[in-house]
Amino acid sequence: MPEQSRSVTFKNVSKVWPGGVRAVDGVSLDVAAGSFVALVGASGSGKSTLLKMVNRLITPSEGAVLVGDAPVDAGPAPALRRRIGYVFQNVGLFPHMRVGENIAIGLRLAGEKDMAARVAMLLELVELSPEMAGRMPDALSGGQRQRVGVARALATGPGILLMDEPFGALDPVTRDGLGRAIRALHDRMELTTILVTHDMAEALLLADRVLVMERGRIVADATPRELLAGKGGAVADALVAVPREQAHRLAELEK
Amino acid sequence: MNALARVPDLLAQHLLLALAALLLGLAIALPLAVFSARNRLVGRIALGFASLVQTIPSLALLALFYPILLSLSALVGGGIPALGFLPSLLALSLYALLPILRNGVTGLANIDPAVIEAADGVGMTATQKLRLVEAPLILPVLMAGIRTAAVWTIGAATLSTTVGQPSLGDLIFAGLQTQNWSLVLTGCIAAAALALAVDGLLGLAEHGIAKRKRGLIWGSLGTLLVVVALALVPALPAARGTVTIGAKGFSEQYILARLIGHRLEAAGYKVRYREGLGSAVAFSALASGDVDVYVDYSGTIWTNQMRRSDVPPRDAIVRGVADWARDRHKVTLLGSLGFENAYAFAMRGDDARKRGIASIADLAPVAGSLNLATDVEFLERPEWAAVRKAYGLSFKSAHPYQPTFMYRALASGTADVIPAFSSDGRIAADGLVVLADPKGAIPGYDAILLLAPGRADDLRFQAALKPLVGAIPVERMRQANYMVDRDSDKASPDEAARWLERGLAR
Repeated sequence: MPEQSRSVTFKNVSKVWPGGVRAVDGVSLDVAAGSFVALVGASGSGKSTLLKMVNRLITPSEGAVLVGDAPVDAGPAPALRRRIGYVFQNVGLFPHMRVGENIAIGLRLAGEKDMAARVAMLLELVELSPEMAGRMPDALSGGQRQRVGVARALATGPGILLMDEPFGALDPVTRDGLGRAIRALHDRMELTTILVTHDMAEALLLADRVLVMERGRIVADATPRELLAGKGGAVADALVAVPREQAHRLAELEK
Repeated sequence: MNALARVPDLLAQHLLLALAALLLGLAIALPLAVFSARNRLVGRIALGFASLVQTIPSLALLALFYPILLSLSALVGGGIPALGFLPSLLALSLYALLPILRNGVTGLANIDPAVIEAADGVGMTATQKLRLVEAPLILPVLMAGIRTAAVWTIGAATLSTTVGQPSLGDLIFAGLQTQNWSLVLTGCIAAAALALAVDGLLGLAEHGIAKRKRGLIWGSLGTLLVVVALALVPALPAARGTVTIGAKGFSEQYILARLIGHRLEAAGYKVRYREGLGSAVAFSALASGDVDVYVDYSGTIWTNQMRRSDVPPRDAIVRGVADWARDRHKVTLLGSLGFENAYAFAMRGDDARKRGIASIADLAPVAGSLNLATDVEFLERPEWAAVRKAYGLSFKSAHPYQPTFMYRALASGTADVIPAFSSDGRIAADGLVVLADPKGAIPGYDAILLLAPGRADDLRFQAALKPLVGAIPVERMRQANYMVDRDSDKASPDEAARWLERGLAR
């Protein structure tokens, strides 16, 4: 019973921290149901803040965030969050629970019983072996931990997946493998996925649509192809230039 | 030794008191810890308060609950016991607060923020987060705090003796007063063993939590529960229909309490003792009915409770006390026992002769070069103020001691003058000279039997004690006191009381 995939809408959203810093500055944005959107920008550009306003880990100072047609603050926050998968850089696996218990936590909160089969399926989904379910989190590698984090986020079949630098702490090989796995899951489960990353190459390779943020505002909004064609504006071009330059040099070396 | 026979009973009472205080402390500290972790201001206030409590000496904390409960009881129209279990429980619970609270708050503050973010992210409510994530994660550090609290509480519970709650402290205080060191040691060892055993069981539970071994957790906590249940068995029926006999903290009082106890037992009453009560606490305890009967001294009531500074003849003081006690507190003065236990300034015999001192008046001019040792309360008593004023006394130094050590201080030369007790066998035994009081500054201290308001019309009760009135001459009391106080061939207060009784028959 996966949730129907849903659109996410930001209506003139701002976030001002106590002290006057405007982390997000009047953003209006529609994320279509079923799309894979990457939010790219330097640290402090406001991309994580924008993301966390979707599952209400952060409350906007102005404006409204909608999931489907409903404002996110229409009901209690826990109910909203159970319908939204959330993966972040530090994973935050519960250290006192086995891997299986970690993955099944959302099901447990929903009052479901007999979760073993579902845990095995989720482990398979993130390409981990079923016997991992009995291990404690501290016995896992960084990549395995993040895969468990993804499995936990997807356990209740949410329609939306929010990811905040999910690959930040991983080595390049693991990073690439996990990125592909998530894109495959996105397609298979018909998710609406928003990925926050500072790595433009990752965004270009995984997303359908790339948003570039700078000082709380969206300064570019285009498909990867358009960005590579230089249609994203100055800031986006500067970010795209780095991986493109690297790719060219690698291609030179291969000749 | 019949005191050793009390160990199992005292051990049970001690354990129940300490664990009840620990549980109450937990019940207060746990929600407070959660609240403190959520709100910085609450946290600062709660931890500040708990630390402040720790700086109050435990003896004082226990003593403070007596007037607090007394006024609280008066406020709600009576019914709150100000002595015994309740004040001990409250004071010890406050003591248990700090380690539990501090470890709880520290534990919550040190949880990895990523884990909290994940708990929020998967949609846990605040309650679920506490139950599923925070509580299990802080359990090991919390358990360490609980163990500390348990050890502190069991140690401090020995002091509950002073507010009339039986504990292993009974042995320690009684042993200290009667110089029965094996009794002191027994109390200490029993309390230490109890603390170690409880700490060990809680340690096993902690280990079980850390290693996720449910058997170990429930096994150790279950054992503790069984022990508590066993301790409850003897404690239950003692509550009603028993006579409570009070005693202050020195040998004569212990002996007289036993003497009263034996007579009441012979008359068919069930008896229990509240020993080691402070002078100020004893009379209030009687007036409020927490104690049924005890022996006080006319001059003590005259100067301390009645705040009188005039010094009429002995029998006038007794009459004055009787009228005052009846009219003000409905307390019955059954009669004088027949001897006086006055404060009497005493010096080493050879020293007094050498200096040519025979009275307090002789003492005054040379007092500036002499050291005074007193019991713990004398320096605060109005009698001392009266004597000082009457003779213009000013000593080089004045230090309070437990009565036993006061005599030791004089004998060893650490002190030159003490306010001795006139019925004390050690005056003769140590060869002390009692100084005359030519100005009559110190009132008479006839030993008087005082009965609680509830016993005013209890004729059977009064008939059992009436034969004691006028029946104990000071020589016999001195002898009985000395039997308990001397260094060798010591008698227990109980044995000394039996010796006194044999004299009564004649």
